[in-house]
Amino acid sequence: MSLAHDAHVTVRPTAAVQGSKLRGWPEIDNPAAWTVAAILLIMPLIANGFFLIEIFATALILGIMALSLMFLAGYGGMVSLMQLTIAGFSAYMVAVFGVSGNANISLGWPWWLAVPMALALATMFGTLGGALAVRTEGIYTIMITLAIGAAFYYFTNQNWAIFNGHTGINTVATPHFWGVNWRADIPYYYIVLAVAALCYFAVDYISRAPFGLALQGVRDNPRRMAALGFHVNAHRVAAYAFASFVAALAGVLQVWNYGQISPGSVSVAACIDILIIAVVGGITRPIGPFIGALIFVLLRTFALDFLVKLGLDGNRFRLLIGLGFLAIVFWSSDGVIGLWQSWRQRQRSGAVSSSGRRGRVSGRGSGQGSSHG
Amino acid sequence: MDSVAQRLSAVGAGAALELRGVTRMFGALAALTDVTITVRPGERRAVLGSNGAGKTTLFNCITGDFPPSSGTIRFFGEDVTQFPPYERIRRGLRRTYQISALFPGLTVQDNVYLACRGVSRGRFSFLRPGQNDALMHAAENLVQAVHLMGVKDQHVAELAHGQQRQLEIALALAGAPRFVLFDEPAAGLSPTERAELIEILTSLPAHIGYIIIEHDMDVALRVVESVTMMHNGRIFKEGRPQEIESDPEVQELYLGGGHE
Repeated sequence: MSLAHDAHVTVRPTAAVQGSKLRGWPEIDNPAAWTVAAILLIMPLIANGFFLIEIFATALILGIMALSLMFLAGYGGMVSLMQLTIAGFSAYMVAVFGVSGNANISLGWPWWLAVPMALALATMFGTLGGALAVRTEGIYTIMITLAIGAAFYYFTNQNWAIFNGHTGINTVATPHFWGVNWRADIPYYYIVLAVAALCYFAVDYISRAPFGLALQGVRDNPRRMAALGFHVNAHRVAAYAFASFVAALAGVLQVWNYGQISPGSVSVAACIDILIIAVVGGITRPIGPFIGALIFVLLRTFALDFLVKLGLDGNRFRLLIGLGFLAIVFWSSDGVIGLWQSWRQRQRSGAVSSSGRRGRVSGRGSGQGSSHG
Repeated sequence: MDSVAQRLSAVGAGAALELRGVTRMFGALAALTDVTITVRPGERRAVLGSNGAGKTTLFNCITGDFPPSSGTIRFFGEDVTQFPPYERIRRGLRRTYQISALFPGLTVQDNVYLACRGVSRGRFSFLRPGQNDALMHAAENLVQAVHLMGVKDQHVAELAHGQQRQLEIALALAGAPRFVLFDEPAAGLSPTERAELIEILTSLPAHIGYIIIEHDMDVALRVVESVTMMHNGRIFKEGRPQEIESDPEVQELYLGGGHE
């Protein structure tokens, strides 16, 4: 058999092997990643306040929410439509425990108490929702999480004691300390960027840690995971807990961004937007949701002008998003990331065939040697 | 809770695996009827029988993939009938699947690493394994033991069938197995690959017992010391390989019938 499978190895395209090496972290050998990081860091020098907040900060916040979905769906095979709801819950809790214009509701805690409280409660909320959802598979998971999202939306609409009904909670205070107004455009952009980077690297790191690997095992074959000694549902619930915390962070940023939170922000349509963002960007790698969010925000912001120029109704910007969604799903099973990766692979296989085989060959050689033994 | 005396007597029984009156119904259909089997620690046994004889259902009951409808299952003296699969695995039971049940999105190394992690602590660890991680090394040794070092970093989806079957075995040997259930490990293997499989099975440490389901008599009878014949969900005959092979009833039912 050694002979048989060694022969097999040599005919394998090198691209696949190198692709798996690229999954390593940190991607310090990737110039594109460095360029993007540098551009994001000096963004305040390039972009005006509108672009900084309305485009980039907003895209990063939506990206974090979609990242929490990507973690569940891409690694865990669980499509949760309640990630925005968890973020919204967290946003509401910041408003309820912190300082806002609705003094009859808000408890007036300082932000450094209100925020941890909001994060803890939202994580708990998401974990409980997850504990319900993991009893189901596939489309039923989608239905349960969507039901939780819809229930929360209607509840906030009708509950006046805590959620202040359809008017929501307004003029939510944002943090001021060290003499800095952290809601001013530039400091706020950096806060959002820092949280987004933290979440991105955390997800990327965990994907190769035992917890993340086991989650991918649960995705690929839950029954076998149980037959390897894993408590599959406990793993799934833990994944919901982690994803809920990520979504909750985004919720805090969101309520600071708009200074208010109302049922409109947690509507069912908004829940589905998060799914669209994640799928358009691609759910196999954590960068996908951020790409999807940027595309979504750009379309939402500029499609209106674009459509009006074409003589169409500007409010039909969702039509453009829908068409883009269709096109991407049609041409790539893995969103923009998938398109990008297949393009890179074509480039690479072209380069490899012209320059001969390189890298990795020595490692494989030793492997072959041992398998002959 | 069991009394100390009960537990001691259970230990004294000394069986690795003890099934008593195990029955498994699927609706009105009895896939297993009143199966009673005792396997000693370190014993190697084949389960033979035509399709639908209940062999794989027997495995599923032992591992807890499907709980039995009635009867009890003891693993090294401990009653595991109500245990979920992962609790049985953590006690040293292992199995392979007739149709490879692997993780196609992960590399060969990660597949085996998960198997090692599943039977040790830190299943929920958020910390990546370092260069000197003991389980990483254990996984690498297992990959080597099943001759897959050459494809260690490849995704399982890209492996040839024979390689997937070997990986299937590696997953079942992670940690400290005490008893393994092999479900048709030779299915779809070439003659050379079968020879390698036989070598892997016969070179397992003596304390590891196993039950193997195998249609290929050449493989089955070379790697076991006892045989259980099943028919229509019941134990039909038990004995040494030579006795079973020469038994006229068995010839009639299985060995002869299988070739037509």
